[in-house]
Amino acid sequence: MINFFGTEISFMQILTGVLYLVFAPVIGCLIAGIDRKITARMQGRFGPPILQPYYDMRKLFAKEAITVRGSQELFVVCCLIFMIITGLFFFAGGNLLMVIFTLTMASVFLIVAGFSSNSPFSQIGAERELLLMMTYEPMVLLMAVGLYLVNGSFDVSEIVMSDPISIIYLAGMFIGYMYVLTMKFRKSPFDLSMSHHAHQELVKGLTTEFSGGTMAVLEIVHWYENVLLLGFVFLFFSNGTVLMVAIGVVACLAMYFLEIIIDNGYARMKWQFAFKSGWIMTIIFGGVNLIVLYYLKLFGLIGA
Amino acid sequence: MAYITKSPWLIHYDGSSCNGCDIEVLACLTPMYDVERFGVINTGNPKHADIFLVTGSVNEQNIPVVQQIYEQMPSPKVVVAVGICACSGGVFKDCYNIIGGVDKVIPVDVYVPGCAARPEAIIDGVVKGLGALEKKQKNLDTVLTLEKVAREEAEEYD
Repeated sequence: MINFFGTEISFMQILTGVLYLVFAPVIGCLIAGIDRKITARMQGRFGPPILQPYYDMRKLFAKEAITVRGSQELFVVCCLIFMIITGLFFFAGGNLLMVIFTLTMASVFLIVAGFSSNSPFSQIGAERELLLMMTYEPMVLLMAVGLYLVNGSFDVSEIVMSDPISIIYLAGMFIGYMYVLTMKFRKSPFDLSMSHHAHQELVKGLTTEFSGGTMAVLEIVHWYENVLLLGFVFLFFSNGTVLMVAIGVVACLAMYFLEIIIDNGYARMKWQFAFKSGWIMTIIFGGVNLIVLYYLKLFGLIGA
Repeated sequence: MAYITKSPWLIHYDGSSCNGCDIEVLACLTPMYDVERFGVINTGNPKHADIFLVTGSVNEQNIPVVQQIYEQMPSPKVVVAVGICACSGGVFKDCYNIIGGVDKVIPVDVYVPGCAARPEAIIDGVVKGLGALEKKQKNLDTVLTLEKVAREEAEEYD
């Protein structure tokens, strides 16, 4: 045990944090590569090698650095730093609310980076990213509240180890989270602000003005973020037993596969639809689930 | 091997093409040819692109457009002229508005003749372009200096 500003941190927590730091980009990169391969197969193509995202990243780092405005690079690096900090909080078993707030901070830096250039594409992309944030943020916060009510703690380490299997009580929250996850993964139909595909109505949206190393850093941010988002999915399943951990990992992979199917099955929607449907899903699935939880607690059917 | 040869991203610009070559360029992305297996992505954003595919000849109106797209691409970059019009002006060569091939405006690395250029030929041209890209990546500092000198000279000329 180490005392860190008044908080007791065990060596196990430090270990999982370091493991995240090192392996999250590797796993994120592989997931992105497999994603592209599966997407290609779904479209009847052969697809790029699994390591293609890695090649892209290395290439981008080797290219000439063109910066439209100097502050841009700083914001993107801040985005990376906050994303890593978020992941460290999460995988070291920290406070879930803290995780969500630092994750927001990372997104905010990305948006500021988008706004920092005068390109209209980048500006509109950043505005859309803000809209998406407004859409998914309530659901993510509700999810944290739901997990607290079921597990009796906001600490990720407690949620993972505590007895109840959260998905049973939080099925609605899970569906709502699935819905907004499409936005976080930047998949169609909600890849409004930027996309990995060749939709070109906004050129590349938020990332239009980023090139070379800056773009490569954004890719790495994306890898870290994807692993973290799948970590949230894992929280719904784990109760500390080996069986549920295994089921949780399988659920994460199934979830990503589902996202790929959705990505390939839909065209991009307008932001009005994304916003309205996001909040409706949040209110219906998240809100109703919360009310049900309240009554379950009232009748003493769940602990804490 | 340089990583740039494993992930060449394209930008495609239609000069004054009859659309024949453009359709063939897009055909390269279809399941039949699937250039993404070589890591090729059609970006549509010059700032992300490594290879500039130009179809059709250059006319008076689009000289600054072609030049600007080329300027916006970060080095190392390669220009591939697709189709005979992009190479020399083709059948439109003597038109009053046509300047000629793309090489009249920006330096071209690979010429892919044909009317329209077949997808196989275009892919072959892109692969040839990869060789040029690798060389430029190796000598990136020199390339950057040369580009800077050229830009300064152009500014003086203006």
